[in-house]
Amino acid sequence: MKRILALARKEVLHILRDPRSLAVAIAMPLGMLLLFGYAIDMELRSLPVGVMDLDHSQTSRAIVRDMTAGGFIVDAGRIHSRDEVERGFRRKKFLAVLVFPEGMDRDLANGNSPTIQLMIDGSDAATAQTVENYLSAVIARKNIEILREDLGDIKPPLEARVRFLFNPELRSPDFVVPGLTAVIMIMICALLTSVAVAREKETGTMEQIMTTPIKPSHVLIGKVIPYMVIAVLDATLVLLIGRVVFHVQMAGSWWILAAYSLLYLFISLALGLLVSTLAKTQQVAMTVALVATMLPTLLLSGFLFPISGMPLVLQWFAHIIPATYYLEVIRGIMLTGRHWYPFELGIMIVMALFLMSVSMRKFRSRLD
Amino acid sequence: MNDNNGYAVRTDKLTRRFGSFTAVDAIDLAVKPGEIFGFLGANGAGKTTAIRMLCGLLAPTEGEAWVDGLPISSKAEEVKRHIGYMSQKFSLYNDLHVIENLEFYGGVYGLDKAEIRSRSTELLARVGLEDKGRTMTVDLSLGYKQRLALGCSVIHRPNILFLDEPTSGVDPIARRQFWDLIYELADQGTTVFVTTHYMDEAEYCSRVSIMVAGHIEAMGAPEELKTKHDVPDMQQLFITLVNR
Repeated sequence: MKRILALARKEVLHILRDPRSLAVAIAMPLGMLLLFGYAIDMELRSLPVGVMDLDHSQTSRAIVRDMTAGGFIVDAGRIHSRDEVERGFRRKKFLAVLVFPEGMDRDLANGNSPTIQLMIDGSDAATAQTVENYLSAVIARKNIEILREDLGDIKPPLEARVRFLFNPELRSPDFVVPGLTAVIMIMICALLTSVAVAREKETGTMEQIMTTPIKPSHVLIGKVIPYMVIAVLDATLVLLIGRVVFHVQMAGSWWILAAYSLLYLFISLALGLLVSTLAKTQQVAMTVALVATMLPTLLLSGFLFPISGMPLVLQWFAHIIPATYYLEVIRGIMLTGRHWYPFELGIMIVMALFLMSVSMRKFRSRLD
Repeated sequence: MNDNNGYAVRTDKLTRRFGSFTAVDAIDLAVKPGEIFGFLGANGAGKTTAIRMLCGLLAPTEGEAWVDGLPISSKAEEVKRHIGYMSQKFSLYNDLHVIENLEFYGGVYGLDKAEIRSRSTELLARVGLEDKGRTMTVDLSLGYKQRLALGCSVIHRPNILFLDEPTSGVDPIARRQFWDLIYELADQGTTVFVTTHYMDEAEYCSRVSIMVAGHIEAMGAPEELKTKHDVPDMQQLFITLVNR
C-alpha cells in the first residue's frame, strides 16, 4: 500500500509539473464538449429554399408561407430564370428550389393536376432526404386543404400522429453529451496512462523500478490511480456542464449511471495498460491509443453515426468496442430512465475481466 | 550447492541467449561479501545482460546464480529486497526535486515515512547535495546526477549494490569523488559489483573479472592478474585478453 501511494504521489507530481498533460486532461474534454455541443449541432434548422414562382397566385404564395412557418426552411428569395437556379445551387444560395408552373391556379380550378417541381441539392444526402420529406409533407397538407375547399369537410382516411418519445424536441445535446462522456473517459484513461507508462520505459526509470521489490500489479495500480481520478472528474465536469449549459435531461438515477460508468472506466484503464505494455515509446503509445481507442469510439460506437447504418464489417467492429455498450446504457439511463441492462452489463464485465487479465499478464517485472 | 551462503554473488554456468545470439555464455563468478568487484569487458561483451540477470530483470536461459544466497531463477522477487541497482541511464525523474527522487525510491522500497525522511537527509549529505534538495533534478550536472542516482539505489541499505557503468561520461574529478563514495559503502560492509571500461578504475577494485564475447577470460585481484599475465597495468592486460 505504501509503495502504491509512493508511485501515485510521484505521478501526481509529474502531472502537476507538466502543464501540457494537465491541459490535455482538462481542456481537451471541455473543448470537445463545446465543439460537439455548439458547432456540430445535429439539428437541421433554417435551411434556405429558393422559389421560382411562374404562377404568382394565391396558392403558390400560400405554399411558401406554410413551408417557412416552422423555421425549418427559410425563404431564399425569388428566382426568375433557369440560369439563376444553376448558379444558386453552385453557390449554395439554397439547398432546394420549388418551381410553381405558369397557370397552376387556373389548372387547379379546371380540375387538372398541375405539377410542382422540386429540385434538391443531393450532395449532402441526409439533409436532402430531410428537405424532401419536409416539402412533400407541406404539399400533401396543401392538397388536403384544396380538397376540403371543393368537397366540404372531408378527412384524410388515415392520419399519422407523430410524437417523439424520450427526446421530444429531438435536441442534439441530449444525444451528444452522454456520448461525449464515453469518448472522454476512454481518451483520458487509455491515452494518458499508456503514455505515462511508455515514458518510464523510454527514460529507463521503469527498469529501475523493476529492480525494486514492488509488485508489477502495484506499479500499474499506483500509476493508474491519478489518471482514474482525472477521468472521473472529467466525466463529472462534462455531465455537469451538459446539464447546466445544454440542459441535458436526466430521466434516471445519477448513482446507477455512476455504477455503470465505473465499470466502463475500468475497461478503459485496462485498455490503456494493454497499449502501454505493447508500446515502448511515448510516440507509439500515443498513436496506438488514438487508433485503437479514440477513433473507433468516436466513429464506430454509435456516438455520431447509427450502427445499423454501417456496412456489415464495421458493424462487427462496432460490437467489439466497449463504448458501444456503454453508450447504450448511458443514453438509456439519461433519456429513457431505464436502469437494468443485463446484456450490456454482462458484455462489459467480460471485457473488463479479459482486458485486465491480459494486460496484467503482459506487464511483468522482467525486461524480456 | 552448499557453499553459496558464503558468497555475496555466485554464478554457475549462467547463460543468456537472445535467439541464436549468446550474450552471456556459461559464466562462473564468485564475489565475497564486502568486496568491490570490478566486472570488466568491452562494449557488447555481455556485462549489462549479466547484471540484469543478477538483478532479476532478465531470466537466465541456462545455469543459475545466487545473490545473497538466494537463487535468482526462483527467488528473484526476494533477491530484489537485498540489492540496489544503478543503470547506465541513471534512472532519475528529471521533473522531480532532488529530494523527491530519494523519497520516491524510499517509498517503492517500502520504507516508512520517518525512515524515508531521515535516510533522505542523510544521503543528501553523503553525496554532497545537502543544499540542493529542492533543486529540480534536470538542472543538476551529470556528476551530481550520478551521485544522486547512487543515493537512490542505496536508500534501503542493500547488502549488494550493482553499478552498471556508473561513471561513464564525467570528468576525472567527478569520477574520483564517485569512487570515494563506493569505498565508503564498501567500508560499511556493502558488496559492490561494478562494471566499467575505465581501466584505472579497475585498479581500485578488490578483485576483477574480464569478460570477452560472453566469456569470463580472467578473474582475480588486479595485482595477481598483472603478475600472472606479465603486464604493467590493467590497460595492457585488457588489451591482451581482448585481442587473444
